[in-house]
Formats: sequence, structure tokens, C-alpha cells
Amino acid sequence: MSEFRMPSLGADMESGTLVEWNIQPGDRVERGQIVCVVETQKGAIDVEVWETGTVERLVAEEGQKVPVGEVLAVILGEDKKAEGEKAEDKKAQGETAEGEKAQGEAAGQEAPAEHPTPEAPRAPDLSPPPTTAAPDVAAGERLRISPAARKRAAELDLDPAGVRGSGVGGSITLEDIERATRPAAEEQAAPSSRVVSTSDTHAAMRQAIAAAMARSKREIPHYYLGNTLCVEPAMAWLEAHNAERPVAERLIFPVLQLRAVALALEAVPELNGWYRDDAFQPAEGVHPGVAIALRGGGLVAPALHDADRLAPDAMMAALRDLLTRARQDRLRSSELTAAGLTVTNLGDLGVESVQGVIYPPQVALVGFGRIAERPWVRDGQVVAARCLHASLAADHRVTDGALGARFLTRLTDLLTEPERLWPT
Amino acid sequence: MAHLSRDTLRETVVDCILAVAPEADVDSLPPGRPWREALEIDSFDFLNILVDLEKRLGVSVPESDYHELATLDGLIDYLERRLTA
Repeated sequence: MSEFRMPSLGADMESGTLVEWNIQPGDRVERGQIVCVVETQKGAIDVEVWETGTVERLVAEEGQKVPVGEVLAVILGEDKKAEGEKAEDKKAQGETAEGEKAQGEAAGQEAPAEHPTPEAPRAPDLSPPPTTAAPDVAAGERLRISPAARKRAAELDLDPAGVRGSGVGGSITLEDIERATRPAAEEQAAPSSRVVSTSDTHAAMRQAIAAAMARSKREIPHYYLGNTLCVEPAMAWLEAHNAERPVAERLIFPVLQLRAVALALEAVPELNGWYRDDAFQPAEGVHPGVAIALRGGGLVAPALHDADRLAPDAMMAALRDLLTRARQDRLRSSELTAAGLTVTNLGDLGVESVQGVIYPPQVALVGFGRIAERPWVRDGQVVAARCLHASLAADHRVTDGALGARFLTRLTDLLTEPERLWPT
Repeated sequence: MAHLSRDTLRETVVDCILAVAPEADVDSLPPGRPWREALEIDSFDFLNILVDLEKRLGVSVPESDYHELATLDGLIDYLERRLTA
């Protein structure tokens, strides 16, 4: 038996409101399955469970505000030695989670307020991470529907059971509900739903960002490095890759950037992790956070799982999924805790370079500016070439400039010689 | 594809932009200025707009033509040309 607790979904999260349970007592849950929705300062988050087992009972009620670390439900575990239970946080380690078979009292689920334990385990292969492994709705199971969609369906007096879900695991999204109410002909013309948050949500998110960034600047001695690089070869690689493809199947440049960051992190793992209790704790796996500006204000930086192991198209699909869900307010708990470094790309907004603020307790942030033509010297000649400025902000408590330089040089090499990004 | 007037074409383009960026104030875009930066359309949004345009107009824009789409008028000119070609 283990206790499924309110996870810490950010350094400054104190509590979350349980919006909805997707499970009930007696249900079997799979590791990585989304079991409830929690409203946080970062919006509504789909929370995953990290143990396979059977739901014994639900402790928290829908609508209840629950402090981080408090019990939400009790789950009878099946697999006591599940990968994700390798709890690293000693304080969270109630009993012998790593022991052979310690009565299933594994405490790997715990995430006390001050020490959010990134739980996202490394996927064993290139298949999607366990976060996407939620099983499809079986007959008789509870309807999978987002809270916003349920609310809208109620407003419209529409029975959601008749609506086909297009969300994760076949869950019904707000967009599905809206679509169900429209005549087919109107469908194309209607704007896609990007859930417009209320001003309260924005204020809460603003506060969360303020707290995290103030803490960053108060505690983290940043150092900054930058490099301008020529991306002509990378752009040629991208154009060749995309040349024969329909628009919907094309890659975008950030896929190359994220891949380069992921590979450079493999070479310099000291920049991939968290600074906690006066020590560096390396991240398991390469899951860079992707900073995503939300329309209407605010910012989220969910993790792109296993960015070092995804082939180009799989990476584009994963990025598309992440961007889409971030903008629909449908991120998952593991995505808010797994990143050991964040990547921000402000180039599309026209800036040349970024001097980033590290997202604590992470230890580094990579910033990209815009791709623009610049004078570039090639073979002794000044030519016009598309260039990009890449920057690194890193925590001087953990690394020194020399290590940061090694990372940035590696990143530069990878983006300059794109055939090294996915060597065959 | 039936012949579309320039106004209809513009309307379609604006619809596609609004589908991605509902708050975009397309009408107050300074003419001749890059529209993506002004409307905060990133590369992912841009891709989605092109997917939508392809769906509605049947015009698939090769990546090598992206530079012609820098301004809104450029984009509409381009689509008009492709549709009448």
C-alpha cells in the first residue's frame, strides 16, 4: 500500500486544488497514468501516478485545497520495485523503497514542498514516455473528459458521452465539445480553442513567476556566455528534410536547437540537474524544459522527455504535443518537474540574443535569438549568412566558465554541423 | 479552386491567423512590416497557419518560398499568384 500525495509542481508551490479525480476506488491504475487534475498557479495540471496498482481509497475530495506532500489517495501497489520509486530524496524516503519487497510501503511518491523530486523516469526505449501511456477508455469506465470540457458540456446541456475525444488517451477536450456543437461546415472557420485563462489565473501565474525569478536572482550566482554561429548548414539540412513533405509533416528549427542542447548536455551533464541542499543533483535522463510564452501573458516551461533519444519526426511530434497542450492548459505533472535545464527561444519575437534567468532549482538556461542574415567570414571572404546567437546562463555554484564554455562550444559545433545531430 | 477575390483571400488569411492567435489585431498591422514578429507568431504557430491555409485553399507553400511570406501583403500576393497560376 502506498500513499499518493500532492506533488510539488514547482519550487514555490505550497498547495494545489484537487479539481477532479479520474479514478475511483477499485480502479486499476498504471504507472504514468493521469489520475487527477490539480489546479496550480501554473494552471490545471494532469497529475500522473508512479505506481501500478489498485486504488484503495480516495482521501482528498474534489474541490479541496491540499498542501504539497499531503495524501490524496491510497493505492495498493503491485509492482513494488517500479523504476520511478527509486526515491532519491532521503527525507521523502519513509521506508525501504529500494529494499527487496518492503511491504509495498514505498515512499517514492512523496514530494515534500522544499524538495520536489523529479519523478519522470527514463523511458526504456524510444517509445513515448510513460506519461503518454494512459490506457484508452474501456467500456464502463469513467468518461475521460477535461474539467473545462465537462463544464462547457453542462452549460450547453450536451451529453459528453456522445462526443468523440481527441485528447490524450481519447479524453474529451474543450475543443471536442465546441466542435460537437457546431455544424460540420462551420468547423473549419472556427478558431481553435485556446483556453483563455481568467485574470485570476494570470495573476497567480504572475506571482509564481515573480517568486521563482526573485529567488533565482537572489540565490543563484549566474554567469553568462554567448556565441554567434552560422546556421546556413543547419538551415540547408532543415530545408532538405522538409523539401518533399507536406506542411503538416515538416520540422521546425527549434527541433534542431533542442536536439543540439540535448546532445551537448550528454557531453556536459553538470548543466543538467538541480541545486538542492547545497549540492548539485544530476537529472536522470535528458528532458530539457521548453519555455513557452502563453498568449495573454505568462510562461510555462514543460519538459520535453528524452530529447536525446528521439528521431527528428518523433521529436517534432513530441514538441507539437507539448506546445499544443501547454497552450490548452493541459500539462502533466512529470513535465513540470523533470527538466534539469530550460531552453528559451525568443528569436521569433525578433530579439538578437537572450541573457536568461535560471529557473530554480535548475542550474542552467540556454537562450536562442533570431536567425538573421549577418556578415560572416568564410574562406577569407565576407559573405551574407544566416546567423544565430546562442547563450548560456549557468549557476556558478555548480559549474565554472570553462565547463560552460565546453557546453556552448559543443552546442555550437552541433548546430554548425547538423549531420552530427542524428548520426546514422 | 474557384477564383477568389483579393478581399476573400485576405479574409481567409486573417481567419487562419486568428485561429492560432485569437487576440491578434491584424487590422492595425503597419503595412510592409513583418507580421509574424508583430503578432508574436512563432515557428510552430506559423506552421499551423500554413497547414490551415493548405487545407482551405489547397496551396502548399514549400519551405523555399517562406521568404516571400514576410509581410501580410507578400503572403496574400503569393497565394493569389499560386491560385491563379
